[in-house]
Amino acid sequence: MSTTTARRAARASSRSAGAAPYLLVGPAVLALALFGILPILVAAGVSLTDLNIRGLGDPSSVEFVGLANYERLVADGDFWNALRVTGILAVVGVPTVVLVSLTTALLLHTSGGRLARILRSFYFLPAITAIVAVALVWGYLFNSQFGLLNHLLGTVGLDPVPWLSDPTWAKVSVGIVAVWRASGLNTIILLAGLQGIPHEYDEAAQLDGANRWTRTWRIQVPLLRFALFFVTVTTVISWLQFFDEPYVLTEGGPNKATTSISLYIFQQGFRYNQFGFASAGSLVLLVIIAVVTLVQLRGRRNDVD
Amino acid sequence: MSTDTLRRTAAPGRPATRARRARRGPGRNLVDLLLILGAAATSLPFFWMIFAALKPRSEATAVPPHLLPQEPTWEFVRTLFVDLDFGRYLANTIIVVAIGFVGLFFMAMAGYGFAKFEFRGKSIMFAAVLATMMIPVQVTMIPTYLILNAVGLTGTLVGIALPTLVSAFGIFLFRQFMSTIPDELLEAARLDGAGHGRTFVSIVLPMSGPILAVQAVLTFIAGWNSFLWPLILAGEQSKYTLSVGLALLNQQVATNPSLQMAGAAVMVVPIVVVFIFFQRYIVQGFTMSGLK
Repeated sequence: MSTTTARRAARASSRSAGAAPYLLVGPAVLALALFGILPILVAAGVSLTDLNIRGLGDPSSVEFVGLANYERLVADGDFWNALRVTGILAVVGVPTVVLVSLTTALLLHTSGGRLARILRSFYFLPAITAIVAVALVWGYLFNSQFGLLNHLLGTVGLDPVPWLSDPTWAKVSVGIVAVWRASGLNTIILLAGLQGIPHEYDEAAQLDGANRWTRTWRIQVPLLRFALFFVTVTTVISWLQFFDEPYVLTEGGPNKATTSISLYIFQQGFRYNQFGFASAGSLVLLVIIAVVTLVQLRGRRNDVD
Repeated sequence: MSTDTLRRTAAPGRPATRARRARRGPGRNLVDLLLILGAAATSLPFFWMIFAALKPRSEATAVPPHLLPQEPTWEFVRTLFVDLDFGRYLANTIIVVAIGFVGLFFMAMAGYGFAKFEFRGKSIMFAAVLATMMIPVQVTMIPTYLILNAVGLTGTLVGIALPTLVSAFGIFLFRQFMSTIPDELLEAARLDGAGHGRTFVSIVLPMSGPILAVQAVLTFIAGWNSFLWPLILAGEQSKYTLSVGLALLNQQVATNPSLQMAGAAVMVVPIVVVFIFFQRYIVQGFTMSGLK
C-alpha cells in the first residue's frame, strides 16, 4: 500500500515538476529562438528598410521604405525566373528523390543479409559528403575536356554533353547531383521504417499465397505511409530551399538557368549587399514554403479521416 | 553511453536477419545484382576522387582517363599539409565539431523534456521547434550575422558553431525515441530518491544508446561538413575550417585536379570511416525512433 502511495506521489511530482522541464528544454529552445525565430523578426524589420553595406557601418543612414522592396521584387524579371527555376527543379526532383529512395530501401530490405549491410554504406556515402568536396568531384567528372562522364558516353558511341555550359543541361546536371546527394538519408529513414514493420504481416501474407510484388505494394508500402509522408514533406522543403549545388557548381548560370530563389536571395544580399531587398525576397520564400508545407499537412489529415 | 548498451540493443535484430536469409527465393539474385550495380554507380565519384588524389598531374588530365593511377604519388596530400595550412584547418574543424557535441547534449535534454513532462507552453514550444525546420538558411543568414556581430562572436570558432548548434530534426528524433522509455522506470528512479538531473543522466541517457549514436554521427557530420557559416564568419585565415580551405583551393588552383581531389579526400575519408563504423546503429536508431 505504501508503494502505491509513493508511486502516486512520484507521478504527481512528474506532473507538477516545477522548473525541471523548463531547465531541460530551455537551452535548446533558447538556441532555436535566437538563431531560428528571432532572425525572422529581424529579417521582417530589415525588409522594410533600405539597409545596405553603408547602413551596417552607419545605422543612422538606414531609412524606412515601407513595402517598396516587395514592389520591386514583384517587378523584377529575375525574381520570377528564379521562382520558375525552383518550381521546375522541385516538380522533377521531389518525385525522383522519393522514388529512388523508396526503390533502394525496398531492394536493400528484400535482399536482407550481409551483402545488403555492406552495400547500404555505398548508398549512404553521398549523404555524408561535404558539399565543397561534392562540387570539386562532380566538377571534375563533368569536365568537358578530360571528364569521366563524356568519356563514358563516348565509349558507348554517344556525343559529349555540355553538362554545365548549356542552360537545359546545367539544370539536369545540378539536379543529378542533388538527387545523388539527397537520396541517402531518405533511404535510411525508409529502410528503418521497413525494418520496423512486424514480420508477422509478411508471413501471414505469404501463407495466403501473396507473391513478393503484391506483398511489397499491398503491405510494405502502405505500412510505410508515415515515413513516406515525412520524407516527402522534408524533400519538398529542401528543393524549395535549393541552394548548395547551383552555388558551388554553376553559380546560377549559364544565363541564370540554375538560379534558384535561395541563390537569387543570396546574390542580392551578399554580392550586391542589398540586405533590405534580399530580406524581402527571403520572407516571400518563407511564406511559399510555409504554405506548401501546410497544404501537405492538411492533405494528410484529410487522408487519415 | 557504453558500447555494452549498444551491443545489447543491437542483438535482437540478428536472429530475424538469419531467418529472412533462409527464405531466399530465386528473385534474390536479380535484387542483389541491381543493388550491386546501383551501389557501384552511386559510389563511383568517391573511388574516382580517391584514385585521382594519388595520380600525378599528367595522369589526372589524361585522355582517355584511367580509374587506377599508374604511378601513384602522395605528393598532393603532402602539399596540403606542408605547403598549405590544412593542419590548422583540420584542428579548427575538430574544435567546431567538439562544440557541436554540447548542442547534442542540449538536444537530448530537450527531447527528454518534451517526451516525458507536461508543462505550460509545451505544445506551442514544440510546434515552434518543428516550424524552424521550414526556415531557409537564406532568411536567417543576414540577421544571424548581425546578431553574432553585435555580441562580438564573428571571427571566432564559437560563432561558427553556434547557428547550427541545435537542430529541430535532432530534438524531434530524441523525443520520438525517449517517449518509448517506460514511465514506470522513471518513477522507480524517483522513488529511489533520484532527482530529475540524476534520472536523466543515469537512466534516460544510457537507455538512449542507439539514438545517441545516430545523433552523435549526424552532429559530427554536420559540424565537419558545415560550409556557409565558416565562410561568412571566419574572417581571417587562422579561423578557416577544412571546408573553407577546400573552397579556396577551387579558386586558387583550378587547373590542378589532383590537388583538389586530395583536398576533397582529406575532408571525405574521415567521415566515411566514422560512418562505416557506426552505420548499423544509425539504421537501428531510426527504427527505434518510431518513424514508420
